[in-house]
Amino acid sequence: MKEWDEFYEILKDPISYGRKMKGQGRKVVGYFCSYTPEEIIYAAGAHPFRVFASGENIHFADAHFQSYCCSLVRGALEGALAGNLDFLGGAVFPHTCDSIQRLSDIWRMNVKGPFHADIVLPVKLDTESAKEYMIDVLKKFRNELASHLRVEITDNKLKNAIDTFNTIRGSLKRLYELKTENPGIIGGSDLYAVVKASMMMDRDHLTGVLPVVIHELEKKKETAKLYAGKRIVLAGGVCNHPDIYRIIEEAGAVVVWDDFCTGSRYFEESVNNNTDPIAAIATRYLERPVCPAKHSGIFTRGENLLKITREKDARGVVFFFLKFCDPHAFDYPYMKEFLDKEGIPSMMFEVEDQLPSEGQMRTRFETFVDMI
Amino acid sequence: MNKMPEIVLFLLAKIKKLTLHFKKKKKMKEIMMVYYMEAKSARISGRKIAWITSGGPVEPLIAMDVIPVYPENHGAMIGASKMGTDLCEKAESMGYSSDLCSYARSDIACATVDGGPIGGLPRPDMLICCNNICGTVLKWYEVQARYFNVPLFIFDTPFCHVGYAEEVQRYVRRQLDEYVLFLEKACGKKMDTDHLKTVGKLSLEGQRLWQAVLATTANSPAPMTAFDAFYHLALIVTLRGTPLVIDYYTQLLEKMKDRVARGIGAIPNERYRLLWDNIPIWPRTRWLSEKLASHNACLVADTYTSAWCGTTKYIDENNFFDSMAEAYTRIYLNIGVDEMARTVLDMVDTYKVDGIVMHSNRSCKPYSLGQYDIQKIVERERGIPCLMIEADMVDERSFSESQVSTRIDAFMEIIKQRKGA
Repeated sequence: MKEWDEFYEILKDPISYGRKMKGQGRKVVGYFCSYTPEEIIYAAGAHPFRVFASGENIHFADAHFQSYCCSLVRGALEGALAGNLDFLGGAVFPHTCDSIQRLSDIWRMNVKGPFHADIVLPVKLDTESAKEYMIDVLKKFRNELASHLRVEITDNKLKNAIDTFNTIRGSLKRLYELKTENPGIIGGSDLYAVVKASMMMDRDHLTGVLPVVIHELEKKKETAKLYAGKRIVLAGGVCNHPDIYRIIEEAGAVVVWDDFCTGSRYFEESVNNNTDPIAAIATRYLERPVCPAKHSGIFTRGENLLKITREKDARGVVFFFLKFCDPHAFDYPYMKEFLDKEGIPSMMFEVEDQLPSEGQMRTRFETFVDMI
Repeated sequence: MNKMPEIVLFLLAKIKKLTLHFKKKKKMKEIMMVYYMEAKSARISGRKIAWITSGGPVEPLIAMDVIPVYPENHGAMIGASKMGTDLCEKAESMGYSSDLCSYARSDIACATVDGGPIGGLPRPDMLICCNNICGTVLKWYEVQARYFNVPLFIFDTPFCHVGYAEEVQRYVRRQLDEYVLFLEKACGKKMDTDHLKTVGKLSLEGQRLWQAVLATTANSPAPMTAFDAFYHLALIVTLRGTPLVIDYYTQLLEKMKDRVARGIGAIPNERYRLLWDNIPIWPRTRWLSEKLASHNACLVADTYTSAWCGTTKYIDENNFFDSMAEAYTRIYLNIGVDEMARTVLDMVDTYKVDGIVMHSNRSCKPYSLGQYDIQKIVERERGIPCLMIEADMVDERSFSESQVSTRIDAFMEIIKQRKGA
């Protein structure tokens, strides 16, 4: 199916895809985080493009970041300093953790792109004043972007953008649900490819492609035998390693849902399009599953993980963390305890730039899968 | 009210007597001892305890007669008494990654075993977390809010990459009102706004005095070192807004001025003047101080202790409460790397330093990420060398004495050559 080829092509070479978008006359705006209001970028006629760590050896970024900074931040800067991200017409930095905060400074001082925006979001998402402030910063971003691109970002354009992104989010969620209903119909790394490519692909094209994929899987579901592997949930931040899905599957398990910002946190909750568009985008950020760098109650993330695990009928959880990601590491003990209390087994897997050797990973996953 | 047991009354009287005694003498050690005794006996005396972050707005607590307790200060004490590694290991056995902040690891572990140099901090009645220093404190205070099951107030100070935005001012100012409401509920009484004004005035005066004390080291020879500042810092952090701070720093300032007048330096033979960046390496401050002194090098100033008096320019003496919003939001760690570099350049000029020692502190990302850029800016703009030491503020496992020693020797060689020794 040619749709799959498209997703994999983008994943294999995101830089060429970004350059192609630029070549078509699009302003490409890079971002690093699921709190980026893509709707506003799209409404401005620009193309939101999620930047991932290049995965290459770090060379240039070592002159700016110590070794105890996470590979996402170092890798993103590496891409920019190596000139790989020359197609970006700008970069947007929603405020989340201490490392992203400094990435923005160092990017602004060294990469010097044509447009640099900080969206200094509130850190707490559960008060009235934080909500008003969230609306203020989103409005400010709307104005900054409009004035940089010399376009008007009207409410109508925003509403149109909200529709587009609601459709995309709805489609991605549907794909996840189809996998949950019968995990055999799509491999974990295929689903990963779709979701990840969706953050880079031309969104107008994407809204046409996703229904085709869904249709194909729905057809397949009717005839496919129910998959018998053990159902597990992945939890953590960014997942940039499609191989883990294959290794998990070969160990006899299958990922039926996740709590990743490159997964369910990206598509959960749609934006209400019957009210002020900026306020509606803000409301979604306050209500969707929260990143650990944000505060929304002290048990929210643990409760959400339990809810996912129960609803998706999973037998275990794999915490998949980037080394040096402080917010996730702080939440891990209590979230694990939440699972322990309910008798749900879990394991923690920490990666740096590269995955450990396949043999080592296989042994760990096989041991875990045997246990659950 | 229940009649207090005699032993309690006896103890309270004893503490009061000690307090009066030490208030006359005003020695740091005793002041801190009384402070921790008061905090530890708060359950008996009926006062409330709030745990608060080091950069947090403490004045409303003082005005409400709540005792502020600082887990970060406690972390420094744990580090200085070399008890950090054990506690960090304990936290790791609880599931906390060894890459996490060692203040947080020590404190989280300490709370469960009442360990450390003072047998643990007194239990909090409430937690006040201000994220102007880092995002780590948010996660750390969430852990403690779950552990102690007490209310948590988050004072959210948006990061100022460039400048200070009006929507930030609105948001932070509103939270000051929310903070007061939170305290009124937690304490079951109204805020005395007149008293808060007085506390605000005292706080500002304390900060100015602290600034004046630090400024004396612009003299050559410097009458005190940054290592002394690390020690005297405790009061401006913990008791800001009380008269005690004013008395203490007034005396300290007089003493320093006297030393300046008589040309007495902090180290016997000050030939090289250095600036320190980042939180001290608490378990190794003495070693480091002796090591530098052996090269006739004096750490005359630092970016760390000056953070507690760096925003007085934003404070309105006659409207402390309103201006707190800006002052607490624009502190040193809550600004862009380029603005931090400008602050460092100013300090290089003010204190006439020959080089900078930067502690690349594994525990503190907002302080450490960006140091390489600051280093390059300083070397470019002022042409002075910067030494980068990889270590940790509490966890000794991240410190290699032989390596640091060799690097300091090499660094001092460069400085000596440049100055023409």
